[in-house]
Parts: sequence; C-alpha cells; structure tokens
Amino acid sequence: MSRQIRRMSFVFGLLFVALLANVTLIQVINADDYRSRAGNQRVLLAEYDRERGPILVASDPVARSVETGNTLTYLRTYSNGPLFAPVTGFYSLVYGATGLERTENRILNGKSNIFAVDRVQQLVSGRQPIGGAVTTTINAAAQKAAFSGLKGKRGAVVAIEPATGRILASVQMPSFNPNRLSSHDPADIRAYYDELEADPDKPLLNRPIVSLNPPGSTFKVVVAAAALASGRFTADSVLPGPKTYKLPNSSKELRNWTGKECGPDGKVTLRQALAISCNTAFAWLGNELGAAALRDQSEAFGFNNGFEIPLRAATSLFPQDPDAPQTALSAIGQFDVRATALQMAMVMASVGNSGRTMNPYLVQEIRGPDLSILQTTDPSQFADALKPSNSLSLTDMLVNVVENGTGSNAKIPGVRVAGKTGTAQTGNDAPSVAWFVSFAPAAAPKVAVAVVIEESGSTEISGNGLAAPIAKAVMEAVLGR
Amino acid sequence: MSNRRNVELVLLVFAWLLGILGTLQVGWATGEGTPPRLWITTGAVALIALVMHLVVRFRATYADPIMLPVGTLLTILGLIMIYRLDVADARRAQLNDAPIPTPDVYSQLTWFAIAGILFCGVLILLRDHRRLQRYTFTFGLLGLFLMVLPLAPVIGTTVNGATLWIRIGTFSFQPAEIAKILITIFFAGYLVKTRDSLALVRTKVLGVGLPRAKDLGPIVIAWAVSLGVLVFQRDLGTSLLFFGLFVSMLYIATQRRSWLFIGFFLFLGGAYFAYSTFGHVQARVTVWFDPWAYADTTGYQIVQSIYGLANGGILGAGLGQGFPNLVPFASTDFIVSALGEELGVTGIFAILLLYAILIERGLRTAITCRDGFGQLLAAGLSITFALQVFVIIGGVTGLVPLTGLTTPFLSYGGSSLIANWVILALLLRISDRSRRPDLSKVSPDDAMTQVVPRVNQS
Repeated sequence: MSRQIRRMSFVFGLLFVALLANVTLIQVINADDYRSRAGNQRVLLAEYDRERGPILVASDPVARSVETGNTLTYLRTYSNGPLFAPVTGFYSLVYGATGLERTENRILNGKSNIFAVDRVQQLVSGRQPIGGAVTTTINAAAQKAAFSGLKGKRGAVVAIEPATGRILASVQMPSFNPNRLSSHDPADIRAYYDELEADPDKPLLNRPIVSLNPPGSTFKVVVAAAALASGRFTADSVLPGPKTYKLPNSSKELRNWTGKECGPDGKVTLRQALAISCNTAFAWLGNELGAAALRDQSEAFGFNNGFEIPLRAATSLFPQDPDAPQTALSAIGQFDVRATALQMAMVMASVGNSGRTMNPYLVQEIRGPDLSILQTTDPSQFADALKPSNSLSLTDMLVNVVENGTGSNAKIPGVRVAGKTGTAQTGNDAPSVAWFVSFAPAAAPKVAVAVVIEESGSTEISGNGLAAPIAKAVMEAVLGR
Repeated sequence: MSNRRNVELVLLVFAWLLGILGTLQVGWATGEGTPPRLWITTGAVALIALVMHLVVRFRATYADPIMLPVGTLLTILGLIMIYRLDVADARRAQLNDAPIPTPDVYSQLTWFAIAGILFCGVLILLRDHRRLQRYTFTFGLLGLFLMVLPLAPVIGTTVNGATLWIRIGTFSFQPAEIAKILITIFFAGYLVKTRDSLALVRTKVLGVGLPRAKDLGPIVIAWAVSLGVLVFQRDLGTSLLFFGLFVSMLYIATQRRSWLFIGFFLFLGGAYFAYSTFGHVQARVTVWFDPWAYADTTGYQIVQSIYGLANGGILGAGLGQGFPNLVPFASTDFIVSALGEELGVTGIFAILLLYAILIERGLRTAITCRDGFGQLLAAGLSITFALQVFVIIGGVTGLVPLTGLTTPFLSYGGSSLIANWVILALLLRISDRSRRPDLSKVSPDDAMTQVVPRVNQS
C-alpha cells in the first residue's frame, strides 16, 4: 500500500503546486490588473485610508484631509470650496477626482516616484505613505476679487503673471461646493451631482480653461499684432473706417456698433481704430493681412494648441481655411474664432511680456510630507509672438484704449493699464458674451487678466461696463492697491 | 531522548510567540492599541497547547513532533484573523450606529479549548488505534446517521442554502465534520477486510479487468451517498470530499488503478447529472468560468476574494491594514483570502506549506505504520486534510468551482475545529505506534514506562 500512498502524495503535491501557481497568478502577475478594475473598492478605500496631502494657496491649505475616525479614515475638506473649485476640483467616492486632485493624484496620495526615499522607510516601518503637498500659483487676493466681481453673473476670470506664465487666478461662476462631492455619503454625493448636472448654467464646467466663446473685439489685439508684425502698418497707419464694410464676395454688410464712420472721411489710424473698436477698419485689415497671417499670429499666442496646466485646457481655435468674408469676420473675433479666458489672458500676457508667450501653469511647487520642496516648476516659453518693439507699440495702443477709448472702467489711478473690451454674439439672436482683457502696469506688467461674462446685454458697452470693473479689481488685488 | 518531544515544545513556543506578535500587530495597526485581554487570551492558548504537549509527551511519547505545532500554528493564525475581522466588524457597526456584534474570537478560543480537551481525551482513552477497528460498522452507521441528521425536522437547519447544521437551542453544530472522521474509520476498517476480494477477483469486460458486480456494491453506495448529500443537503463540498476520500482509500487498499478510473467516470457522471439537474450547481460552475460577468451578483464573493488577494500582492497589506471584511464570510469559507490580503502571497505560501507538511507527515505516518488498518486510517485522515485544503483554497482563488468547505484549523467554527483536532490526535496516536522503537531492543530499564505489548488480531 505504501507505493499507492506515495503516488497519492505525489498527486496531492501536484494539486498544491496548482494552488501555489494560481495564487501567484492572482497576487503577483495579474494583481495590477485586478487592482485597477472599476468596482474594486479597495483601491479607493486605501486612498481614503492615507492622509492625502494638501493643496496650498501660498501657505494656506485650501484642500486638506481631516481624520474622521470612521472606516474611511480621512475626509477631504475644502476651505472656501466654491472659490477654489476650478483649481482644486473635487475628490469623490462616486465620481472620482477632477482638477488638481486628479492631475496631481500621485503626489497627493504619496505614490509618486519623487517620494522613493520615503517609500523605503515606509516599507521598513510599515507606515502608510503620506501624501505630498501641491503649492499652486494662485494669488488668493486676486482669486477672491474675481470671485466677488463675478457674483450674480455667469462667466470666468483668468489672471496670469506675464513674465512667467503663472496662473494667479482661475475663477468661475457659478461654481460648486467640492465638500459635498467629496463627502463620505454616496447618496448625498449623487443627489448633489445630479443637481449640478441638471443646472443649465453648468457649474461643473471648468469655465476658465474649458469654456470656448467667440472673443469678439478682444481678438483685435491679435489682428493689431499681426498688422505690426507684417511691417506694412504702424500705430499711425491710416485705415479705411467707413460706416459699413461690404464683405467680399457677399451681399452682406458689416456695421460699426456706433453706426457711424470711425473717423472723419471714413479714415482712421490703427491706434484710433483699436481705441474705439472700429469693426470696419479691422475687417478690412484682416483681409489685407490674410487668413494665414492671422492664424500664424494667433497660434504664436497659443491658439490651436491644447495646454496642460496641468489641467487640460480646451484648445482655442482660429479657423483653418476661412474664405475672404470669413476672414473679415474672424478679424473681429467672430465666425469660428473661439477662445477660452485662459487664452485671452495669455494674449495679453504675451503682449505685456515683450511678445514672449509663456506656457501657463498652476503648480508652483511640490513638497514632501515634511513640506520640504521636492520640485519647483520653472517658467518656460511657448513661442515668440511679437518683436519687443512691436509689443511696446501695441502696449501703447492698448493703454490708449483704457485712457481714451472704450475701456475707461479699467482705469486705476497712478497705474498705466493696457486693455481691450469685447462683445460677441454667440449666434443669431443668441445672448452675447462680454469680454475685458488687460494687463498692468503697462511698462512691466505684473498681471494680465481676461474676464468673460456670458449672456450679458448686447451692446459694446457691456465689455467695459460689466467685465472691466472685475478686471480692474483683480489687477488691483495683484498690485496690492 | 530520541523521541523529539523537546523539538515539539520549542516549535510550540515559537508558534505561540508568533501568535502574540500577530495579535499585537493587529491591535496596533488597526489603532485599537494593545488588546486589553491579550495576556488572558494568549495565556489560554499557551495553556491549551502546553496541556496537549504534555499529554502527547506522556501518552504518545514517540509521536511525530511536527504535527502538533503545525496544527497549533494554523489555529493561532485563524484566531488572529478572526480577531482582526472582529475589529473590522466592530468598526463598521460603530460607523452605522449599530450595536457592536459579539466578537467571534472568544468563542473560537473556547472551541479551541474544547478541541484541546477532546484531543487529549482521544490520546488518553485510545491507547491503540486498532481498537477502533472493532467498531467498524458501528462507526459507519453512526457516521451515516450524523450525515443525515441535518435533514431531521426541528433540529435541522439550512444556512446559506446548505442543510448542514443542527441546532438545539442556541447551540449549533455541523455533524458532517464528525461524520467525516467516523466514515474514514469505517472505510479503513471495511477496506482492510475486503481489499483482497476487491483487488483479486476480477471479471474481464472487453479485455479490461473489472471487479465483480457484487464487489462494486460499496463504491456504488458511497457514490450514491455522496450524491444524496448533494441532492438533499445541497452541499457540493462535502459530497466531493466523501467521494474523493472513498476513491482514494479504495485505490490505496486494493492497489488497483482501475478503481481510480471507475471513480473518475462515476465522478464525471455524477458531476454531469448534478450540473444538468441542480440550479445551484449550474450557478457555481457558471460563476467559476467567468466570475467577472457576475461580479455584482452570484460572483460577488469570488470577485471580492480575488480583489483582496490582489490587494495583498507579494508581501501583503500587513495584518490589520487591508480590507478583508469586504469579502463575505471572511472568517469562515474565505479566511484564506483574508489572510492572503494581509499577509500576501508570501503568507499563503507559508500557510500552504504548513498544510503540505501536515499532510506529508500524515502520509508518512501511514507509510511507516505496521498494520493495514492504521495505514489506511492515517492515509484517509491525511487525505481529508488534503482534499479539503485543495477544494476550499482552490475555490476561493477561482481554481475550481466554489464549494462550502471549511479551511482546516483556520476557519471560524467549532465543529470543524474540533473535528480537525480529533483527526490530529488520531494521526498522532497512529504515529506514536509506528515510530515506537522495536520493543525487543529496549531493555526494561531504558523504557520510561513499562511497555506491555498487546497484539490485536484482526
């Protein structure tokens, strides 16, 4: 019988080997696949079991993890949630994460390789990894100024530091409360999310970087830059500025918003055309320069390019192959030209920064759990948009807009402000959007701002009336006035 | 002294120390702090283990020194995981403002004490395993009776679809666990008598030597009983265990491979019959083929188990740092996935190795045993361990369809713990017999106690 028993033990040996192989397959070889499956609560629970690092504005945590003593050990809390929501995003049990919570997840949950040294210690000590901190480029005062300026309106504000590309403010209205989406109560999270989704004003949309609107007259800044860059025009070049401009190859006519000629005898200088936002002169100028020149100029400012700040911004568009009437319309920021607030802030920042377009960014520093700085974002240039001499000339024209033209509401006593208003129709009989874009101080700007207000009134005044005061408040906040 | 009792003692102390470390780790890692009754519980474990050791030392002096520590370590690992799951359950209850459930670890500890008493009882009262052979048919009938007992009115209880339990007042028990032992004794006693006729008398059918129809009787009966368990008690695991055990023992006893083939085809037939007849068997098999398709319904348990194991990875989340309570029945059927999550594939390898050692030691005992009954009994008892471990661990890891069997020594549950400790006692008794030095070479002065040889003729 001994031989049979040996044979049986051999068979059971084989069965045990099969068990060992199978658990190895599950726990080692396929483990990553299983861990990443939707429906695996463990990954999420493990995330909630770790102290997630804070998101800082200056040294102030606007998002941090608070211990609860429950199954989900840590609760993500946002001080002033709606104010910083477009930056932080939310961190939800049900809907995952958005904003910096998503893009910087591996920093915040401590799994990034920059913490490799810590990780060895953790392995030895058996401690759970603690997340690192993310310091944003946001200026709290500018953010608050933009937020209170937007109250009761629907729109977005982006402010950029021209020399670096640091994003100083990114604000939307309406906003949402990330605390409610990041709670530990799935039923309430779902209810609140459904409520936000059903809201026609789309509070969950990251308006400052995602919402695309026709830039209207603010696009004239780009056209003026292209005109200077062509070498054929200076600020004092005289352009035709009649009452109406007949679109080429079309029976349609384009009118000035005043219904009047832009200057005596229907003639106007480029400087004056920009100051009073003369549509006929810019439509003519657009066709003189041609679609290719306008597109090249707009792309040097960042159009037709998707930026990751590291949140993914929507690509602002200049149309690929417009015909002559479409080019004329594009030159006044209509037709298929679309821009985010971020994009228009970048245009102004580039003009103020001697024509150097900087890559915009939102993360200033990455810090370890002990708050030691592990990584700092260095400013980087995206493109050369203007020659320095042309940028000076354009700045001068834009200062003129605020001091003598349509942008009067952005005047700050004792500071030279460069700016441009804009109003655009989003469609026939559709509500308009009001814009104001600016930078200050003109000579060495510390801040460039773009304010966009959707569903405003329909007159050109609204850019100056609605948006300019907000831009002014943001600039003042940055300048410490 | 060459009986290695001191090795056993050292290994037991080692197992006990591991138990203390594990308990502390659970307490600290979960934030509960040092368990308040640490010294009472670990003291109780030490006492049980020590008494068992002393009984072995004086009543089964020559028994294998490894099996008792391995069984103790597995029981301790089970206790640690049950305590860890108690902590998780209490947390969850606290979170939901529900009353905190009674911890399982204390009742499991009580069962361990009872198991220890029975272990000692077997070793003290049963001086020679061959005495069991006298009661072959009594045990057989008793085993059969216990197996059908859950079907009895009033006391029989159906839990999770399987009618495996009897309940008298608040006391519930799984008689099949005890029946397992009795029926193994019956198989051993029956086969040792009939193996010659089973092995030697053949009729040729189409050139293949087959046993006579009347000798086929017992295997057909065993097969029918297994199917009966499946049909009436809806318990796939126990049914599989009994049939596998019987076929293996038949093969060992008769030394005829044909029994394995016959058994295999009967199994296939039974499996096909069960699959085509019973919804619950079909469901199990469907889930086994693709658990992911039923992740939210019938495949939930196995999918959660796999998630848990994957979460453990190579080194495990660490005791107290995983989420083993997400798997349903984590302390009973799925205790291995709970251990796998917190101790990793390393821990599972270690546990499987412990089982392999235990089974190997049991089979070695069978091989070295000098009487046929003892050989068959030791082999059969070891095989119950092996089959059970394979079927349940294979089940919770998705290697074979999931069936409800307990994991020997680890799972929460009194009947199973008691049965496994009694099996261990029987194995040690046989081992003591087979390892005992030849009496003729021992002078009466060297012997610790005077040995009066006694020979049972069967």
